[in-house]
Amino acid sequence: MPNAVATLTSAHVTAAARHESAVARRVLIGLALNVVGVLIVGPVALIFYSALENGIAAYWTGLVSNPATLNAIKLTLIVTPIAVVFNTLFGIAAAWLIARFRFAGRTVLTTLIDLPFSISPVVVGLMLMLIFGRLGYLGPWLQKMDIHVVFALPGIVLATTFVTLPFVARELIPVMEALGSEEDTAAISLGASSWQMFWRVTLPNIKWGLLYGLILCNARAMGEFGAVYVVSGRIENQTTTMPLQVQKLLEQGNDADAFALASLLTLLALVTLGLKVWLERKTRRQLAAVAVATGISEQAAENIHIQ
Amino acid sequence: MMHDHRQKGKGFFVNRTLPGFRLTLGITLIYLSVMLLIPLAACLWKVTQLGPAAFWAAVWTSRARSAYFLTFSASFISAAVTSLLGLLIAWVLVRYEWPGKRVVDSLVDLPLALPTAVAGLAYSALYVQNGWFGRFLVPLGIHGTYSRLGIVLVLIFIGLPFAVRAVQPVLESMEADAEEAATLLGASRWQTFWRVILPTLKPALITGFALSFARAIGEYGSVVFVSSNKQGETEIAPMLIVSKLEQNSYAEATAIALVLLAMSFGMLALINVLERRSRRHYA
Amino acid sequence: MARTGRATAVVFSFSLFLAALISGAIHCGSAVSGVAAAADKPAANTDPVELLNVACDPTRELWQDINEQFGKIYERDTGRKVTIKQSHGGSSSQARAVNDGLEADVVTLAMWPDTDLIRRSGLIAEGWEKRLPENSLPYYSTIVFVVRKGNPKQIHDWPDLVKPDVQIITPHPKTSGNGKLSFLAAWGSVVTRGGSEDQAKDFVTKLYQQVPVLDVAARAATMTFSKKGIGDVHLTWENEGQQEVQDSKGELEIVYPPVSFKAEPQVAWVDENVKKHGTVDAARAYLEFLYTPVAQQMIAKHFYRPNSEGDRQKFADRFPPIKLFGITAVAKDWDDAYQKFFNDGALFDQISEKK
Repeated sequence: MPNAVATLTSAHVTAAARHESAVARRVLIGLALNVVGVLIVGPVALIFYSALENGIAAYWTGLVSNPATLNAIKLTLIVTPIAVVFNTLFGIAAAWLIARFRFAGRTVLTTLIDLPFSISPVVVGLMLMLIFGRLGYLGPWLQKMDIHVVFALPGIVLATTFVTLPFVARELIPVMEALGSEEDTAAISLGASSWQMFWRVTLPNIKWGLLYGLILCNARAMGEFGAVYVVSGRIENQTTTMPLQVQKLLEQGNDADAFALASLLTLLALVTLGLKVWLERKTRRQLAAVAVATGISEQAAENIHIQ
Repeated sequence: MMHDHRQKGKGFFVNRTLPGFRLTLGITLIYLSVMLLIPLAACLWKVTQLGPAAFWAAVWTSRARSAYFLTFSASFISAAVTSLLGLLIAWVLVRYEWPGKRVVDSLVDLPLALPTAVAGLAYSALYVQNGWFGRFLVPLGIHGTYSRLGIVLVLIFIGLPFAVRAVQPVLESMEADAEEAATLLGASRWQTFWRVILPTLKPALITGFALSFARAIGEYGSVVFVSSNKQGETEIAPMLIVSKLEQNSYAEATAIALVLLAMSFGMLALINVLERRSRRHYA
Repeated sequence: MARTGRATAVVFSFSLFLAALISGAIHCGSAVSGVAAAADKPAANTDPVELLNVACDPTRELWQDINEQFGKIYERDTGRKVTIKQSHGGSSSQARAVNDGLEADVVTLAMWPDTDLIRRSGLIAEGWEKRLPENSLPYYSTIVFVVRKGNPKQIHDWPDLVKPDVQIITPHPKTSGNGKLSFLAAWGSVVTRGGSEDQAKDFVTKLYQQVPVLDVAARAATMTFSKKGIGDVHLTWENEGQQEVQDSKGELEIVYPPVSFKAEPQVAWVDENVKKHGTVDAARAYLEFLYTPVAQQMIAKHFYRPNSEGDRQKFADRFPPIKLFGITAVAKDWDDAYQKFFNDGALFDQISEKK
């Protein structure tokens, strides 16, 4: 009996054990492709098609001749870097704290960082109105000082920053955990100052994970709709971001321009995807190297870096 | 999601040789307080001003109940469908080799990068009467815009990456032994799938489901484009909150927001528990 | 020493963040108000002036024309350049926004309760209606029907709306002025012609069950009807309907029901804000301009019914006759109407629950 089993576990049986018939395979692949086609490719294709329907010239004029659209692009390009920079600084600090130290309340902190993911964007806007609105908690004081938060740039920045808060931290924490603290500790024991350790050792090590979190944060920040909608005030040329302007153009019946602006955002998404893939490959290689060096399985190292 | 990865033999003890504990603790706490905790506290404070009777009256109106039900059911259905589709796509990406596989693998993440408003715009245009899909579906009576179906569709889009990425690594790391053993013992391919593979995937499937569900509950930007804004039909909880806001009913809006938050936090806790269990399973 | 240095760095950079936000806030605030951040300094006589006009949704084109004309005339009369920023949205949503701090210099909303809401929060003075001619009403309007070419479903009067397979497009009453006006017109079409309240209730219940989409505001509903091709009849402002029909190149027709609601979109300047911005004179001049013959002609051109004493008759033949009733025909007053129909738990909420 043992011999029979031994002969049976040959390559072709292994193959047969793990593979469906060619027909079944084709059907499943076809099905999956259809799903992806309908759900993902279809919408993207429609956006580009509708944007370019009237020709490139109309596409271009639609974007540049409407001051409201240009101002929306400008506003998004102002708000997004601010949100990304502050969330990145926070992300690095939080990742260092959580990945390198053990202390009471560490898990609470990690859960808190994840919180913005489970808060609906409109609730974010609501919270900002509750605090900074004229009838809100800080309202009277802000009015007296003539400081404008909601219906102005700061409100939009705050809303966007809140919504994209976790992105960089979430990427860096697993990366830093997987990398381990050996190199950083080594640098310190070799006499480096804290900043030297950070700039020369830590930062280069985490740079791919950092970039990864950064581009995700960026994409999300540029596309934020719900939270900004609540605090925006719809002042033309002033408090309308790109996603809001898409809705406005649609409301005004200007479908072509709405799709044109949407296509810019879609392009951004596709670029983000491309960068994501490239960076993922880099981090994978880096984690694999670390795994080899420290002896944990490569798969475990990857599992840490899911999503 | 966050996980507590304890590895034996690595230096994960309280490492006081590394600098920056106080600094990073300070930054993190201040930032989280200002950006996160204070706004949440403001919400809670506002609601306490209502008093329990008024709170109950606000969150349990017929309109609010319809909104919760719609939000919950739409998220549930879309998460369920997404899990199945996610399994299909992950299977096909992991198990087979075919041209264009890499492209599809990257495309799966598109819903994460695409602005929700753009997704809503595209979906509403696709399924409306003269849209690319609508022109076939509407004559059949299938309305993918301004309907509950429309909401479910767009939520499926939003949740897809979570479902795929939850199952994919598990499939990748699955070992062949169990499957081979099953085949040796005479199981058909289908039986092998059902009895051997699927149970192994169950935790990942549940995680994927929970993640897409949590994502779907608070979704606003895309739904607003495909919703008909009618109570009891397509008015999901986030839209009700905005509507209350627009009427200056701040306390009520906040009350409903808290219910929504409770739903999401519940999901978050569930996800963490499930993750921890599945990690233990694989350690 | 290094530690305290780091801590200082943290506090410093966070203060920078806050300072950046605050200066952004002040900058934006002064951009909107057009004066330096010191609040009570009176503006110099040749400084440029900026006004924010928070308006209801469908009036975009009207204000574009009026703002251009007013700019020219104001500069000619006072030597000051004036820029007018617009914000459009559902009338009730806009009122809420102004209450929340959207610093409107003037509000040009769809109906009295919305403007009065702003008065109630202390931003507009009491008795604001009397500050401008005709009870602050430079023009009025009504709700009409827009149907597909040829009127295939033969919709001529209010009862036709609830014929079995007629789908109606009208905005959501809770956020849109148009929305509330459609509701009141429908209700009034029954009670002003001998129907009982119960019959009116039945009518509006059936009506709203045949509304497939409740857009947030007027313009979105117009797009749903004309661009997306949804619905058989569109209940909208007269001016919006006329423009919609003009833009449709023959695909749509306008139908005037025999009776409808008199919409009175009163205008007002927002006392607290104009005081703060130093724009009292400009805002007053802006609103008074609406009553001049030049403005009234533009108003008529856009199919709003001029209300200024001299101009009312001048454009009479542009507007088909229609019997109009006011709020007192359907309720004791606006407060009563809100309690009956639009407040939480009132009639609209009740009929939304029925399946």
